[in-house]
Amino acid sequence: MSKLKKYRFLILRRFTQIALLVLYIGGNYWGWKILQGNLSSSSLFETVPLADPYAVLQIFATGALIGTNALIGAVIIALFYAIVGGRAFCSYVCPVNMVTDLANYLRRRWKLDKFEKKWWASRNIRYWVIGLSFILSFILGTAAFELVSPVSMTHRGLIFGMGFGWAAIVTIFLFDLFILKNGWCGHICPLGGFYSIIGRYNLFRVRHNQPNCTLCMKCKDVCPEKEVLYMIGKKSQIVDMGECTLCGRCVEVCDDDALNFSIRDFAKKGEKNDV
Amino acid sequence: MDKNRRAFLVSMAQNVAIAATGGFLWAAYVDEAKSASLILRPPGARKEDEFMKLCIKCGLCVEACPYDTLMLAKPGDNKPLGTPYFIPRDIPCYMCDDIPCVPPCPTGALDIDSVTEKRDGQTIFDITKMRMGVAIVDIKDCIAFWGIQCDACYRACPLLDKAIFMEYRQNERTGKHAKLLPVVDPDYCTGCGLCEHACVTEKAAIRVLPREVALGKVGSHYVKGWEKSDESRLKGSKGIQTTVTPRSKKSPVESLNEGIDFE
Repeated sequence: MSKLKKYRFLILRRFTQIALLVLYIGGNYWGWKILQGNLSSSSLFETVPLADPYAVLQIFATGALIGTNALIGAVIIALFYAIVGGRAFCSYVCPVNMVTDLANYLRRRWKLDKFEKKWWASRNIRYWVIGLSFILSFILGTAAFELVSPVSMTHRGLIFGMGFGWAAIVTIFLFDLFILKNGWCGHICPLGGFYSIIGRYNLFRVRHNQPNCTLCMKCKDVCPEKEVLYMIGKKSQIVDMGECTLCGRCVEVCDDDALNFSIRDFAKKGEKNDV
Repeated sequence: MDKNRRAFLVSMAQNVAIAATGGFLWAAYVDEAKSASLILRPPGARKEDEFMKLCIKCGLCVEACPYDTLMLAKPGDNKPLGTPYFIPRDIPCYMCDDIPCVPPCPTGALDIDSVTEKRDGQTIFDITKMRMGVAIVDIKDCIAFWGIQCDACYRACPLLDKAIFMEYRQNERTGKHAKLLPVVDPDYCTGCGLCEHACVTEKAAIRVLPREVALGKVGSHYVKGWEKSDESRLKGSKGIQTTVTPRSKKSPVESLNEGIDFE
């Protein structure tokens, strides 16, 4: 039971990731009408349109007049993550997360960090990639990231047939395992960067309770975006950076009840300073 | 202070250079990938460049197709990744009356207006309006042109006698038979590919190609003088304007006769 509790968010995340995939795959192969399409755009129960707001913005950048369904879908998704989800897309929906989490797990298991040559790369690369994707979409007349995105490639591959798409998955796996820790999700992926931006002020946040903290640093060890845990052992506050994927791994590994999910308190002034 | 500024400028320049390098590689790939011109799009698809702007690669058209005609391009297909296409020789478009593939498109990359018609205030689907491509006959490898009777494509055509009609020509080899030759009328051909699917030769002798690739363009300076509607384009024109050069100042007769003494 305690073991289950130790992995409760991980299990929930794998459940939502796989359940969504199954629904999408069922939509294509068995004609289920629950979720059809893929993460780029889909239709829920054949009525509610959903769309990837980042892809829609890239289409905007091409200068094309986009259909209303995609617009409505993008607004729905953007509002959901802005209010509720934060950057939870990355840890609860995105299929590539399972690949990079595996790489990260093996990294810890094999203690690769001790031996690997370290490369430093800015975690802001993703924001440059976002900017670049809009410029390229404008110049080339097509949604530029969507043509190369390993995220949609993987998701589409699982639903509509993989082709050589597995090569992209293996590449990301090896890149994260041997070249750069959290390389794809934590540095490059513009979709993650995009959700970091729009999910910056969502309601659900992890809160650090400093007096309980024993500085064991297990949380920083498992966190895929460990910059967001800058307050650990220093002050009690919410994890306020948009890059937090709300994966809940830090909450799970904390044995001292120093990290928990909470709801952002907008009324409280000086949220950052003290509790 | 000056050192700090220099460090800032250098790091900025570095970032820009990295972005430019990455952007160049990225752009090179995307530009190549999207220029695959020999690709047949689903019914109602806008012109290829407009389609590439709008398609969000969701596959809703693919899922709606009851014949599994439509596919999404996979890595390795050498087509723009994730965009829908079909290969008529494998599975052609069966031209459903209710056109299930077009309405689900969320972005309008498949244009519903291009396959509907307003009749008595009602919107009615008309699949024969779609123009996915046009069938082209290879007259060397079509056995009908050898004189063998084959009307497989003609019979397969859903717009029989319109999109494909038969032209009769005497078989000069035998002297007493007729050749029944399939001819495609691009005004009617929807590009469904049922003909290509039906063709009996090892590699189809009638094939659907994107209209942009297969068809020519006359240019507006040709006017069909024998058609009233086309002739009316000349209305309001300022008549024929000729260029006058030193050579053309005089009429040809004048210059031909110049310097000749007829006495």
